Amino acid sequence: MSEVLLQVLDLRTQLDMPAGALRAVDGVDLELRQAECFALVGESGCGKSMTALSLLRLLPEAGRIAEGRVLLEGQDLFALPEAAMRAVRGRRVAMIFQEPSTALNPVLTVGRQIAEVIERHTPLAGEAVRRRARELLDSVGIPDAARRVEEYPFQLSGGLKQRVMIAAALAAEPEVLIADEPTTALDVTIQAQILDLLAKLQAERRMAILLITHDLGIVARMAQRVAVMYAGEIVETAARSDFFRAPQHPYSQKLFDALPTPQKRGGQLSVIAGQVPQLNAQFRGCRFAERCELAFQRCRDEAPQLIALPGGAARVRCHLREQGAAPERRAAAAPLPADAQAAGASEPVLAEVEDLKVHFPIRKGLLKRTVGQVKAVDGVSLAVRAGRTLALVGESGCGKTTVGKAMLRLLPPSAGKVAFDGADLASLPRSELRARRRAMQIIFQDPYASLNPRMRVADVLAEGMRSLGVGRDETDRQRRMAALLEQVGLPPETLARYPHEFSGGQRQRIAIARALAVEPKLIVCDEPTSALDVSVQAQILNLLKSLQERLGIAYLFITHNISIVEFLAHEVAVMYLGRIVERGTVEEVLGDPKHPYTEALLSAVPMVDGERSIIRLSGELPSPANPPAGCHFHPRCPKATPECRQDYPQAVALGRGRSVSCILYRSSKAESSS
Amino acid sequence: MLFPLASDYLVWLLVAALASFAYYCSRNPHLAAPWARVFRSRAAVASAVVLAFFVGVGLLDSVHYRPRLPATDPAAPPVYSVEVRSLLDLALTRLRTRLEITYSAPLATRLLQKERIERPDGTSVRDYPRLRFGGQHLKDEADLSQDVALRIVAGLALAAAVWSLVVLAGRRTLARRWPFVPWDAAAIALAALLALAGPVAMLAAGYHVLGTNQVGSDVLYQALKSIRISLVIGTLTTLVLLPLGIAAGITAGYFKGWLDDAVQYVYTTLNSIPGVLLIAASVLMVQVYIDTHPELFPTSAQRADFRLLSLCAILGAVDWTGLARLLRGETLKLAQLDYIEAAHAFGVSHVRILTRHILPNVTHIVVITLVLSFSGLVLAEAVLSYIGVGVDPSTISFGTMINAARLEMAREPMVWWSLAAAFVFMFALVLAANLFADAVRDGFDPRVRV
Repeated sequence: MSEVLLQVLDLRTQLDMPAGALRAVDGVDLELRQAECFALVGESGCGKSMTALSLLRLLPEAGRIAEGRVLLEGQDLFALPEAAMRAVRGRRVAMIFQEPSTALNPVLTVGRQIAEVIERHTPLAGEAVRRRARELLDSVGIPDAARRVEEYPFQLSGGLKQRVMIAAALAAEPEVLIADEPTTALDVTIQAQILDLLAKLQAERRMAILLITHDLGIVARMAQRVAVMYAGEIVETAARSDFFRAPQHPYSQKLFDALPTPQKRGGQLSVIAGQVPQLNAQFRGCRFAERCELAFQRCRDEAPQLIALPGGAARVRCHLREQGAAPERRAAAAPLPADAQAAGASEPVLAEVEDLKVHFPIRKGLLKRTVGQVKAVDGVSLAVRAGRTLALVGESGCGKTTVGKAMLRLLPPSAGKVAFDGADLASLPRSELRARRRAMQIIFQDPYASLNPRMRVADVLAEGMRSLGVGRDETDRQRRMAALLEQVGLPPETLARYPHEFSGGQRQRIAIARALAVEPKLIVCDEPTSALDVSVQAQILNLLKSLQERLGIAYLFITHNISIVEFLAHEVAVMYLGRIVERGTVEEVLGDPKHPYTEALLSAVPMVDGERSIIRLSGELPSPANPPAGCHFHPRCPKATPECRQDYPQAVALGRGRSVSCILYRSSKAESSS
Repeated sequence: MLFPLASDYLVWLLVAALASFAYYCSRNPHLAAPWARVFRSRAAVASAVVLAFFVGVGLLDSVHYRPRLPATDPAAPPVYSVEVRSLLDLALTRLRTRLEITYSAPLATRLLQKERIERPDGTSVRDYPRLRFGGQHLKDEADLSQDVALRIVAGLALAAAVWSLVVLAGRRTLARRWPFVPWDAAAIALAALLALAGPVAMLAAGYHVLGTNQVGSDVLYQALKSIRISLVIGTLTTLVLLPLGIAAGITAGYFKGWLDDAVQYVYTTLNSIPGVLLIAASVLMVQVYIDTHPELFPTSAQRADFRLLSLCAILGAVDWTGLARLLRGETLKLAQLDYIEAAHAFGVSHVRILTRHILPNVTHIVVITLVLSFSGLVLAEAVLSYIGVGVDPSTISFGTMINAARLEMAREPMVWWSLAAAFVFMFALVLAANLFADAVRDGFDPRVRV
């Protein structure tokens, strides 16, 4: 076994809050070995990031390290004076952050920001620094590094910025790299690029990586060893293979169960009841006992210690494991089960979008003349069937949210039709549209921005009913509101409270109740779970699913998360740069993707179980203001031919409801038409 | 006979509006919580005590009446004086009526300049004559320092007595109702205030504590009378500024398009004209109107009051651009938020979205702007009156006091007390207002929350 590089002993970090000290990290021990990727997993609020910041002594103002030692090759970092610590940061231990857009200084060129690190930590100077900066940008795979060195962060896309961040972190060749959710803000195809890069750099430089993430798929792909954190403690550490074969702690098991997979389509996802406990509380027993289905009396009375399991390096903090290791997890690698999909195809079409276009003019100059168009949505056609779910999948910036908003006329469509209930919503005057608003509602991504902080929940729910005249009178509406809260699983006293008193998941339930209040037939769900933790996501997905079963609501589910599509959706439309490139049922599209983009997108999703070869896409989504000529995807497409640059390929029907826009399938069109 | 001036109506309207706003805040947690944060700050509580003193004086000065003249014939209908007085004038009758001939220094017993004095034996000398009222009770002028010391001690004793009474009463009531407020800061501020006011009150009974001005009027009285003008300018201006700023700001930010362009052009243009020039021109036009319509203003008090109100209106009409700009920016941001989109999806009308969603979410900006602009307006009045385009020259205000100081400072011996009095009073008022405004900003600004 390789040498231990970084050792954390009984780390305790507190945040001093008005409500009392918050024990964000409460007795964490871990070791990081050379050339190893160690993943720290957990939901938000578990103390993962605080652990990382403590290692570098970069805590926020209210934070302080109460106890513990961090040994970097035997040297105690907490005993160093601040001046010596600055020589450690960046030089020996470097960190990359989650949000590349805020981690770079916008007024300095990226070359300057990398040079800063080089000058601080190496004896290089002058031209040598600039050369080294170019080499670094080259080594993190930034094309045309010599030019990029002189550019400012705003000229770079998110993926490139994250590469610059990595280059800056690597500038002084650190021994340890702390990566705090390095890909959470990025799209899956970009995420795959960055993860590849990290793995490659690690292998080349024999660096140790402490990878902080909430995504078990990334852990499966990157880590050698795993630690699960819960409420400031490590509840389980194990080698990756052992962890994925048989997670030992009930919390770890629950995290796996809460992941949406195709096998769980028919039923409900397993959820973890309740929330992560407040860390300023005093704990007597196990911190997970409140939410654990397997808890017994001892769990509530006695805090479990990390116990080593026989026959392995795994350690777990659970009383149950004294009786032996947990059984193996059922791996979920089976193909999509064929359920009653075909039956759904006969449901009547509820809403049909035809050749929808949303263009935003680019105005310039004093007179604001239109000099161009951002073609956010450029000819999208899709159909949502009553009581079914159509998933609209694509990377950020591809225009999927714009489609959802334009269908509801929250954005003015530039062209096209939205046939709904015998009328074209895209061209109705505002007064007539108002009467039809009841039938279509929307749920947003960010639960914190979607509720007015100045309105009580009762007013939030009543707003739509009052505006659209749902309910006979106030008492009737009160009765309906009580019923709504029950439907979404919230207590009746919720009505009198304000949104800030609720957690993200609860807010999302309120937002769902608000949409349900006017009894819509179709709800546009705009990434409703992407801001939530896995266990909370499972609760919301279960809720949406059961509502669909009971009330027969159709969903247009906008997401970038393929596993949710597998769990929830009946049909899928894949979008790229304002156009739909492939449509079909879930089994068809996910099981047998035709379009090269769909193939690449699916292969880039990190999987918890099993391996698959990743189709690597070079580059990033082009700007919709200036799309590539011909097929929009051809600059990134591994199968592109010169012909692809000529014209945008027409959609080719490949059977009922299945279509794909790719030149490769023109021949099959010829067959089907003949 | 009560004789309320137009500005009195507005002042009391504002008091009523503030009272109902306070009630509204107490019913809405999203407004009550920031105010509670404001009053957790010791500086805010202490400055609130000082401000309360100023506001108290200002409100006393905002109840006007015309005294009944002594009737010559008891059967005749009562006749009222043309002179308009306020409750403050009534309380300060001694200060108001005890006019000297001309300048005298603070706590002096004699005039500042020599005059020919007729002696009882018929001869005359040039000497500093005794004041008509200041120190008149002294048999021997050599007792001056002893008398002053005695009065200070008596004043402090009085202050201590009042302070203990207030603190005792306050502990029973206020401290129980709002236990989170640092009442000790209030008690200390009150002690300091009373320790000043007590001796001053005792001294003012026998002397001109801050001297007299050119026409022999008491400077302390003038300073106290100036408070109302400052407060009126600082608060009534907001009555003009608020509707303009809010309406222009949030409609521009919400509707965008040509409305936004129009509002932006208006406030950019308005901001490009030098403010003083615009104010001077408007005030002079108002003055011409007053001079050509004497029938509308039967008393000089009404004339001065009209000019004061016009000044408020003009300042407000010039000053709303800052608020509108802030609100436009915030509304642009808010209008993108999901809850506004959700309201659109429900077909909620524009008016309701503006009043229910936008307005409550920009209240903090309005409150912060108003409190911060108060001290600026108080200072603006002083500057404008100094250059002669502020309040009516007959009105006593800090600005007119400073204006008079132009000549006084050039005299030999120098007359410094008018300017010093105006300076100290304005400084105390503006400092207290600024400290309070800082606490309000910290309490309401969501970004500074720890």
